[in-house]
Amino acid sequence: MANIISDETIEYVGILAKLELSGEEKEQAKKDMGSMLDYIDKLGELDTEGVEPMSHVFPVKNVFREDIVTNEDVRDEILKNAPGEKNGMFTVPRTFE
Amino acid sequence: MAKQYETVIGLEVHVELATKTKIFCGCSTAFGGEPNTHTCPVCTGMPGSLPVLNKQVLEYAVAVGLATNCTITQYCKFDRKNYFYPDNPQNYQISQLYLPICRNGKVEIETEKGKKYIGIHEIHMEEDAGKLIHDEWDDCSLVDFNRSGVPLIEIVSEPDMRSAEEVIAYLEKLRMTIQYLGASDCKLQEGSMRADVNLSIREVGAEEFGTRTEMKNLNSFKAIARAIEGERERQIDLLEAGEKVIQETRRWDDNKGESYAMRSKEDAQDYRYFPDPDLVPIVLDDAFLDQIRAKQPEFREEKMLRYKEEFDIPEYDIQIITGSKHMADIFEETVALGSQPKKVSNWLMVETLRLLKENNMDPEDIRFSPENLAKLISLTDAKAINSSVAKEVFEVMFDQNVDPEKYVEEKGLKTVNDEGALRKTVEEVIANNPQSVEDYRNGKEKAIGFLVGQTMKAMKGKADPGMINKLLKELL
Repeated sequence: MANIISDETIEYVGILAKLELSGEEKEQAKKDMGSMLDYIDKLGELDTEGVEPMSHVFPVKNVFREDIVTNEDVRDEILKNAPGEKNGMFTVPRTFE
Repeated sequence: MAKQYETVIGLEVHVELATKTKIFCGCSTAFGGEPNTHTCPVCTGMPGSLPVLNKQVLEYAVAVGLATNCTITQYCKFDRKNYFYPDNPQNYQISQLYLPICRNGKVEIETEKGKKYIGIHEIHMEEDAGKLIHDEWDDCSLVDFNRSGVPLIEIVSEPDMRSAEEVIAYLEKLRMTIQYLGASDCKLQEGSMRADVNLSIREVGAEEFGTRTEMKNLNSFKAIARAIEGERERQIDLLEAGEKVIQETRRWDDNKGESYAMRSKEDAQDYRYFPDPDLVPIVLDDAFLDQIRAKQPEFREEKMLRYKEEFDIPEYDIQIITGSKHMADIFEETVALGSQPKKVSNWLMVETLRLLKENNMDPEDIRFSPENLAKLISLTDAKAINSSVAKEVFEVMFDQNVDPEKYVEEKGLKTVNDEGALRKTVEEVIANNPQSVEDYRNGKEKAIGFLVGQTMKAMKGKADPGMINKLLKELL
């Protein structure tokens, strides 16, 4: 494996992803991430000199909607997707900034 | 001698655009609906939903960019900014990092120190987040997604400002420009304009910037000025004590007059930005830009110059009237209906400003129509009502936009122009007030004022004071 993931990196990625990993899981994640990066590195072998970066595979551009209200109040339906509900709102674990 | 420090300030200004619908779905942006009644799978981040860009958002963003001398990015894209927070249902915010819609602009500001350009680094389009409410009873937080997906533009300035005065001049300039475009009402108190202040200090003459902090939660010009002063002093104290300024986001508490650290600043790469595959690229041709350019309104500076040439009204009046697009529209339309500019200006400058202040309203909230103001002015011009009746009618008009002609008719407020009736009343007043009559005849000019007042009272206010004066002098 060409890409070696350090303990600090996996710790940091865990924080960003809000995941708490056990020691065993960390080791596995380091291996997985290393092999993923190796795989991606294959792309580096290609000569991309002069090739514009592409973000979309389809030759589609300028898809717009007009500024007209088309949606009605479907709160009851939407709230069915919520993990919990109170006073017409989604309940989530207590969060402070 | 103590070290001299210079303050270096750049702003990030978020502006909520005045569209009817959200940026990527057909949900209403109307403020104040019951929680989650303006939501759909797109703005609550449901898997499989597809965002589609609101064309009006693009047009407003380009219009603001052109008005602030930016280069418009004619091949532009949206990116995903990844972070976890419950008000952000997708776990990413759709924003623009790599190819923002506008770049390299500048606006001119004027302070007591003179004129100066403030550079605009970029303007990008993005979506707003939902609102979190903390539930004290259940130890949980509640989320209302009505605001999720409301369109925003973020205007990022260069670190070109050096004082609170310049910051406020810059914000005023942006606000005027955007209000004139009709792209937003830009109200700081209501959050449709939000300014984050990036501030660092350095010794006067230093080339390098100091470490900056970002200050949030500033919802009035006064709070911004106080926060800038507070943060400048905090940083100076740190440096003088031999400590370092830490790059972090701080929250300003305007009641306490101090700030506290919210979080250390994440680096841009922590957001793991990448192009949003759901949204296709935007390619703008010159014809599109020309179309937006052709629709640009007359901005404040041009309007002020034109008013100076066209209307014989004081400079101060011009400043106040053009300080609100809505007020300027009312002024121009009323004048176009034939009213004398000076008179229109007077109604706006005196009675309108007084009532706005008393009712804690902004000029944008003015409800009376130019037609009705023009009618009121012609009623006074024709001496059909006197000035105190006119003020009374104006107050009702200000409140309910009533038609002054009809109102005066219905309430019987017309001045009595029947000279015979007036003469009779004046004679009675003279007969009933011998003391004042004598005073007047003995050279006390002021006594006539009392007699005019008495006559007006007897006429229930419906008389022309000029005519009363004339009759009194004649009969005395």
